[in-house]
Amino acid sequence: MSQKKYWQNLGELNNTEGYRKLVKDEFQEDLPFTSAGKTILDAKAPRRDFLKYLGFSTAAATLAASCETPVIKSIPYLNQPENLTPGVAQYYATTFVAEGDVTPVVAKVRDGRPIKLEGNPGSFINSKGEGTSARVQASVLDLYDTGRLRFPVETAGDELKELPSFEAVDKKITGELGGSQVVLLTSTINSPTTLQVIGEFLAKYPGSRHVQYDAVSYSGLLLANEAAYGKRTIPTYHFDKAKVIVSLDADFLGTWLSPEEFSGQYAKGRKINQKNPEMSKHIQFESVLSLTGSNADDRFLHRPSETGAVVLNLLAKLGGNVSAPAINDEKLKKGIDLAAGLLNENKGASLVVCGSNDPNIQLLVNAINELTGANGVTINWANPMQVRKGIDSEMEQLVKDLNAGSVGTLIVYEANPAYNYYNAAEFIKGIQKVKLSVSLSDRADETSALCKYIIPSHHYLESWGDAEGRTGFFSLLQPTIAPLFKTRYFQTSLLKWSGSDLDYETYFKEYWLKQLGDQSTLDKALQDGVVEPASLSFASAPYNGAGLSDAASAVGAAPKGGKAELVLYQSVALGSGAAANNPWLQEMPDPVTRATWDNYAMISYAMAAELGIKLNDKYEVEFQKPVVAFTINGQEVKLPILAIPGMHPNVIGIAVGYGRGKGAGRAADGVGYNAYPLVNGKGNTRSYFVTDVSDYKKTGETYDIAYTQTHNQYEGRVEVVREYTLEDFKKNPDAIPEYRKELAEDFAKKTGDFRNEGTLYPKYDSPGAHWGMSIDLNACTGCGACTIACMAENNVPVVGKSEVKRSHEMHWLRIDRYFASFRDNTEGDNLNVVFMPMLCQHCDNAPCENVCPVSATNHSSEGLNQMAYNRCIGTRYCANNCPYKVRRFNWADYTGADSFPDNQHFSGVGKLDEAVLMMNDDLTRMVLNPDVTVRSRGVIEKCSFCVQRLQDKKLEAKKSQDPSVIRDVKTACQQACSTGAIVFGNVNDQESQVYKIRTQEQNHRAYYALEHLHVLPNINYLAKIRNTSRPVGVKDEFAEKKAVEHLESHG
Amino acid sequence: MNYHLSIVIKRLLFRFSIVCALFSLVSVAGAQDGKAIFNAKCAACHNVFKNSTGPALGGMEERGPWSDRKKLYAWIHNPAAFMANDPYTQGLKDSHNGILMPGFADLTEADIDAVVDYVNTTFAAGPGGGAKAAPGGAIAPEPHTDNTLLYGILTVVLAIIALILMQVNSNLKKVAEERETAGSVPFYRNKTNITLGIIVLFLVGGYYTIQGAVGLGRYQNYEPEQPIFYSHKVHAGINQISCLYCHGGVQEGKSANIPSVNVCMNCHMAINEYTKGPQLYRPDGSEVNGTEEIGKLYSYAGWDPDKRQYTGEGKPIEWTRIHNLPDHVYFNHSQHVVVGQQQCQTCHGNITEMDEVHQFTDLSMGWCVNCHRTTKVQFTENKFYSIYEKFHDDIKNKKIDSVTVEMIGGIECQKCHY
Repeated sequence: MSQKKYWQNLGELNNTEGYRKLVKDEFQEDLPFTSAGKTILDAKAPRRDFLKYLGFSTAAATLAASCETPVIKSIPYLNQPENLTPGVAQYYATTFVAEGDVTPVVAKVRDGRPIKLEGNPGSFINSKGEGTSARVQASVLDLYDTGRLRFPVETAGDELKELPSFEAVDKKITGELGGSQVVLLTSTINSPTTLQVIGEFLAKYPGSRHVQYDAVSYSGLLLANEAAYGKRTIPTYHFDKAKVIVSLDADFLGTWLSPEEFSGQYAKGRKINQKNPEMSKHIQFESVLSLTGSNADDRFLHRPSETGAVVLNLLAKLGGNVSAPAINDEKLKKGIDLAAGLLNENKGASLVVCGSNDPNIQLLVNAINELTGANGVTINWANPMQVRKGIDSEMEQLVKDLNAGSVGTLIVYEANPAYNYYNAAEFIKGIQKVKLSVSLSDRADETSALCKYIIPSHHYLESWGDAEGRTGFFSLLQPTIAPLFKTRYFQTSLLKWSGSDLDYETYFKEYWLKQLGDQSTLDKALQDGVVEPASLSFASAPYNGAGLSDAASAVGAAPKGGKAELVLYQSVALGSGAAANNPWLQEMPDPVTRATWDNYAMISYAMAAELGIKLNDKYEVEFQKPVVAFTINGQEVKLPILAIPGMHPNVIGIAVGYGRGKGAGRAADGVGYNAYPLVNGKGNTRSYFVTDVSDYKKTGETYDIAYTQTHNQYEGRVEVVREYTLEDFKKNPDAIPEYRKELAEDFAKKTGDFRNEGTLYPKYDSPGAHWGMSIDLNACTGCGACTIACMAENNVPVVGKSEVKRSHEMHWLRIDRYFASFRDNTEGDNLNVVFMPMLCQHCDNAPCENVCPVSATNHSSEGLNQMAYNRCIGTRYCANNCPYKVRRFNWADYTGADSFPDNQHFSGVGKLDEAVLMMNDDLTRMVLNPDVTVRSRGVIEKCSFCVQRLQDKKLEAKKSQDPSVIRDVKTACQQACSTGAIVFGNVNDQESQVYKIRTQEQNHRAYYALEHLHVLPNINYLAKIRNTSRPVGVKDEFAEKKAVEHLESHG
Repeated sequence: MNYHLSIVIKRLLFRFSIVCALFSLVSVAGAQDGKAIFNAKCAACHNVFKNSTGPALGGMEERGPWSDRKKLYAWIHNPAAFMANDPYTQGLKDSHNGILMPGFADLTEADIDAVVDYVNTTFAAGPGGGAKAAPGGAIAPEPHTDNTLLYGILTVVLAIIALILMQVNSNLKKVAEERETAGSVPFYRNKTNITLGIIVLFLVGGYYTIQGAVGLGRYQNYEPEQPIFYSHKVHAGINQISCLYCHGGVQEGKSANIPSVNVCMNCHMAINEYTKGPQLYRPDGSEVNGTEEIGKLYSYAGWDPDKRQYTGEGKPIEWTRIHNLPDHVYFNHSQHVVVGQQQCQTCHGNITEMDEVHQFTDLSMGWCVNCHRTTKVQFTENKFYSIYEKFHDDIKNKKIDSVTVEMIGGIECQKCHY
């Protein structure tokens, strides 16, 4: 056990002075007037200030207390809707749709306001579970986005002039339409009714066309499948059926295609039956450390220009008739041998996926999957995906046509090439040559602002509609709220302009009535939210290997990389950047880098050393990241760097999706750098890497990146994470029970029961329920959906970049990311990454409870560590005494809940960011959960185990007089987790899953974080098991040295 | 079409049928009692003296075909069939917004005779006939007596007496002392006395200051003037309308809910004047014109009582909220009413005796907690509590005889604050 060391940041690894100071001071800054090394007595006129403050607060309190009785109005409905009881939530099945992504969801609506989304468990797209991604969880906030346009406008320069009515708009536009070519530019559309509407519209204007354009292209995959299987679509993947998973640059747990679906499947193969421990083997080849790579059993690094070579070598090793270029890197070679060997052994139970956008490389990957028998087993052609359809050459052609002046009208919906096209400048030039340009997007974003008219469309939660995420798998949308603004379905606009009287709502209903037969079937379908076959079917597609040799030679002839190379990736939180104005997503720490509110260049430690960058405390503890000037494709780009282990030494990684313009909204404005112009558009497809980073040098400037990896430290306690290799676990499954026995011997010799014998604390009886949680570190992928679900459920405030920098982030549930590696030059390959969701452990011997001077935090008979906000006086002793660092203090009035309205408008230190003020807009506040108190300044808050849900479920159980009802209770994090890593329940109930996990099913893996402190947490973790032959963890040199000294002193 | 609709319609129908059933239960008692039958079957749409949803029934035998009792039976038993051959009733339908009376096949001929007799006698007696309540009989609101002043005066008087006695006492003492030692300190300069006085003042002052501070934000007996003088006494008391008819939310969710205007109009479409009940008074003693108040309801509902139509210009009523818990308190009505089986009166007082409602209790945390300490849960009746095995054992072993809310965690912070 002591031979491992897990670390979250460099300070911790090297135990630097700054780090020691950081963990010593729980709260990281002094009061403002003592900051210059002075004490409070040296400060200017402290006595006068003191008296002033005293006088003010007395006067203020008197004023606030003696105000007249406020008269509060209670206004019932004039005509109460028949299906609504104020105060009782309603649930509507609908579907999250954005840029082609489809997730069937169930929306919780309280008093007419959707406030929370869960996955629809009736859908195969959700693997019949409720799990969702962080982006889906956060999309409910987009409905109340202040950046949305509130009425149709005509643009005139930078100004937006409101148009009086839709009729007036229609008249203007139909007057100008026609005569010349009309092009409809959208993101991927997979709604059958919308496609039909578009078809009718295009038929009205002959010569017009529909171009689908994806911000991040899957064109290569589509074209390769067309060549090999005759279908320009993407099959569905089944990671659960694969014993060996090989991923080449595909971040399938984070951003690739349908990550929450894949995560669920992936976790099925990763969960362990302790009696017969088996799990899938996941090998990742990549250049930058991705979320998927962090979860891999073995990870091998290559340059992005080498992807083709890796694929060719793999194919050759598997018996494909291709000549493979030599690979010089020994470790990479070994990796290819390992992958090839395993794939050979597991034919028919393996899956190779590749994130490249090069059709030739994807053709080779198809060939590999053919050889290993994946077609029809792990790759299913029965119901192909419809989530991405954009073909790069079509967009290329459009930009050419725009510039040639052959396009008369351009209508844009949900596509934003002026921001995210690699050649945005050319597109912008082109759009200005168009006679009539109309945007149907929801805001005046980069592209819309260039259009003559913007006619905003509804948000999906305000809409009727449908989506076909998989061929033959339909999901329906129904409105959960009346449109907030004067907006209109973009389909209705198209219908009007094609001369139809119908609006889209009628059109949609007529279409589905015809499809389903009658009204009652349609009602049932709307209630279910999905129209899907009863079971999944599997089919293979006939394979055509004709293009293989050409592809192989094309790939083999690909140019070699320069000195360094660049990889462009999507961040797990923001993806393509369309939802950049969502403060929840912006503030979600990146799973790998733990950074918020920015993008940056990820580089390796080796490159940092080469640049002469000292990764000292100034860098790590004080956030001052050096800015480096890179010469990418001959163009100089200045970016702050983050040095990350597990990066290829010659590769830098930059996230796209940042650097949005003003039109995106108040929160997105000015965040990060737009990396889309760096996308390489040469050839038929856009490629997301650049081989030519010819030069890089330190500039001497620094830039602050608000990252959370140095926050909430354990002061060197390392028994937080437990990780074993599969082999070790098989050999010694008793490691954890033995450890527990050892602990008991130290503290509770007689009975072995620490709870009764070894503690001074009172023993709390739990006569009824006793809540407990179990988190499986093997299933947790670190995606962060739980963090966002928790924010939405519990009204967790957004604090903004400036406050995150000061360690003031408020997330009740954070996901700690641990690195473990041998400290030698092989940092990359031997890196292990462990994700650990950390939230209030609800200790039965809670150290926070007995230091509270006012008993604001105390223990309930149900095992909850309760927090009474209105009793809290803000001493923060509890946070100081919490070994897990999960308590959060409201340093400022983040929510606008204070009684003094101008508490947010102070200047100087702690000035709140624009995003925080945006979250306090009356519109945005509509997302708040009315069952949870909004906390004000000066109080501590933390995870409550979603007590409002527990109380609600208990009430339901009492009303139905059935105790088994409370078995269904789910916390928000648990419900949002698509891998089922979190299990929650009543541990006093022997039928509950959490009881069974702790006592029978997983008792050899179940451990408590910092168990030796004997705080008796109510959350247990299941140790991480890694299916690898490498040793896991790093050697703890300090412990080794001590052991040697110890031996010597005896010798 | 929303998929909830059908369920909701069923639920509404169910509720409506309960209300109907309640009405009919009241009346079935005397089958030959014309008044009871009239109230149960006819009064929803008919009034003896004036047109309502249906025409006024007084003097009907002189109109149309109704002198022929046989025709009346046929009409009541099956209006649609009768109307087919009868132009008079066709005209009636047209003049009443096209609403046709539903059939009452279950009324026997004797029942109908009884109703006609009742209508005739009532009509003969004239509106407001014999049973008119004497104005003197109306119950005037008791003047609110405030005893604070009385107690204050008493205290002052007692204090003066005490002072005088003290004075006398000290004088006597002084005289006695003077005999012994001359030239001692007078009592008001005696430091012990001064200290004692200050301490007493501090304690008394402190007590009242704290009491006052604790009471801030609590509004016991708060009785604001409402936009409509709505008397719970008339509705829930005299007319015995169940609380649940209007406050259905108590069984389902956290709020009891103030009924929407359309719920009021369920009854007030027919009841358009206040004549029979006692004279109502405002707290200041002024009289309330009940019919005028109903008129206010009509203007909110956008109902034209003459044309008997909605104008579509309704607006919601802005009631002044009386019971208001702070935002950090979670209170759920259904927990208390359905699970705890508490009566509304426990917290809201004798609502059936209140005209405009006032806040009965102070709604303080101490008040909540005290009740949770003493109230017993439905421990053996409700199967949910079977998970509390320890308490069940204790009951079996006669260690305890019942379980209070407190014992199952009812006074823990996060039962109400989250």
